[in-house]
Amino acid sequence: MSAKTHRVLPGFGLALGYTLVYLSILILLPLGGMILKASELGFGQIIDIALGERSLAAFRVTFGASFLAAAINAFFGLIVAWILVRYPFPGKRFVDALVDLPFALPTAVAGITLATLYAGNGWLGQYLEPLGIKVAYTPLGIVFALTFITLPFVVRTLQPVIEDIETEVEEAAASLGASRWQIFVKVIFPAIFPALLTGFALAFARAVGEYGSVIFIAGNLPLISEITPLLIISKLEQYDVLGATALAVVMLGLSFILLLSVNLLQWWAANRHRNSEPLEVAAAKASGVTA
Amino acid sequence: MSRFRLSLSALMLSLVAGAALADATLLNASYDVARDVYKDYNPAFQKYWKAKSGESIELKQSHGGSTKQVRAVADGLEADVVTMNQANDIEFLAEKGLVAKDWAKKFPNNASPYTSAMVFIVRKGNPKAIKDWSDVAAPGVQMIIPHPKNTGNGRNTYLSAWAWALKQPGGNDAKAQEFLGKLLKNAPLFAAGGRDATTTFMQRKMGDVLITFESEAEMIAKEFGKGEFEVVYPSLTMQTEFPVALVEKVVDKKGTRKQATAYLEYLWSKEGQENAAQNYLRPRDAELLKKYAANFPPVKTFTVDDVFGSANKAFAAHFKDGGSFDQIYASK
Repeated sequence: MSAKTHRVLPGFGLALGYTLVYLSILILLPLGGMILKASELGFGQIIDIALGERSLAAFRVTFGASFLAAAINAFFGLIVAWILVRYPFPGKRFVDALVDLPFALPTAVAGITLATLYAGNGWLGQYLEPLGIKVAYTPLGIVFALTFITLPFVVRTLQPVIEDIETEVEEAAASLGASRWQIFVKVIFPAIFPALLTGFALAFARAVGEYGSVIFIAGNLPLISEITPLLIISKLEQYDVLGATALAVVMLGLSFILLLSVNLLQWWAANRHRNSEPLEVAAAKASGVTA
Repeated sequence: MSRFRLSLSALMLSLVAGAALADATLLNASYDVARDVYKDYNPAFQKYWKAKSGESIELKQSHGGSTKQVRAVADGLEADVVTMNQANDIEFLAEKGLVAKDWAKKFPNNASPYTSAMVFIVRKGNPKAIKDWSDVAAPGVQMIIPHPKNTGNGRNTYLSAWAWALKQPGGNDAKAQEFLGKLLKNAPLFAAGGRDATTTFMQRKMGDVLITFESEAEMIAKEFGKGEFEVVYPSLTMQTEFPVALVEKVVDKKGTRKQATAYLEYLWSKEGQENAAQNYLRPRDAELLKKYAANFPPVKTFTVDDVFGSANKAFAAHFKDGGSFDQIYASK
């Protein structure tokens, strides 16, 4: 009557211990230290700092631009991932490698390059400016920089999932009379939606914290194009470590809430999909045949 | 295992031997663009010190944003000396007890071996006829500067314009703030740093006037050619100082007080001063200033201490949260 349960895989205790220690040292310790430091300020003071006119404007710019960039990538990244998985074409490996470049490039280099491209006399800016579209040194420039930086997150998250969708499922749906649109909406999209959300969340989270590329293209005007990380640097310039920490904690809290909601949404989507509709059933439904 | 241990001890031995080659090692924590200054200064000092004391000395440099550098020193970066471009950064170390409270009096000239001035860089032929601060604030003129709240370069420009406005007939703080409001409206962006501002102005051709250090003008000439721009000296501008100090705690711990003091004192020697002049920084030495007069036309300057009391006071009044800079942007 041993109380000990035996698992199929050995070494659970060791592995769990290792996981917890690793996560603690890597994530909990620095974040905990940050929150501890911020707690030297009262809750009221932290709120005061977060609700200042400039802080609010910076939060709006940071989260707004990050959301837009992640949304743009969710759409176009999906197309890129789809093309890269489903269609053979010459130079595919090269294009595939291109996707990772924003990961590898130092972000400051990316920011300077984009600013040079989109400035009034840049290769692209010279054609956009006469149309009244200003990119460099406007909030639009921030969105461009963040879109560039976060592209790989969406593409690389989606690729393996798209690879896993067997073409037979689509063929089955088609043979049962589903239109192409029905196949996409009822068979393919539910299968990739959780991964798409993950990609979106990763891109969004990365964008919120981005500093290096943004400051070179943003213009950094107070109330217009200042991002929260810039305000944190500004506090550090004043040796105001506490104020900087307070802003960082508020940012962390907001990001955590947003990521948590995305995760919940994803969990809900995945579960609904898994419990009620195996792909074959979806294929059948899409074609209007009841299983 | 024993083989691993053997190679480990061999490695340790070689490290010890490497360190033993020099009699002393100094670390100089400095601001970003000081690289060029110390690139030539360090070998000159090594030669001088070898001849004087027989000691060979190893010199290491650490460069970065001025404020970031002093924070690193406060957090434990073992720099023997700090050579900065803002007095309030050294004040910060003095408050932390790492640098003597009277650091500015430990060396001549407010402990700043050389100076520079904030100047206007305008396009060839000065098409907008920008001669003084009032012209920069005129409607239709675009000014490129780094962020006044986050960079020393931008702060110097801000304070220069403020001091100029104070000196105008009937000038007072309220009028100066109003003037700064007009001036800042002409900034289409705030660059991330001094070099970013230069790139924006010279390469992306944005703006009518770039405001930066006089020494930066030479860098621009090297990079973009002399014919591309003109330097304009306003009727009053800031004399920017580059203060140096001994990090007392570190030199006492490492026993390098003698060498570190000599390293800083040598900045005032003929060789040290000439090196500064060759990097387009105004030497304190009057003779050398005359020798390089072509590079350093006379300009009416003020020091931060004269007009604002001290670097710390100027910072508190204008760049702290809620200071004059924030007020200008809040009232919009």
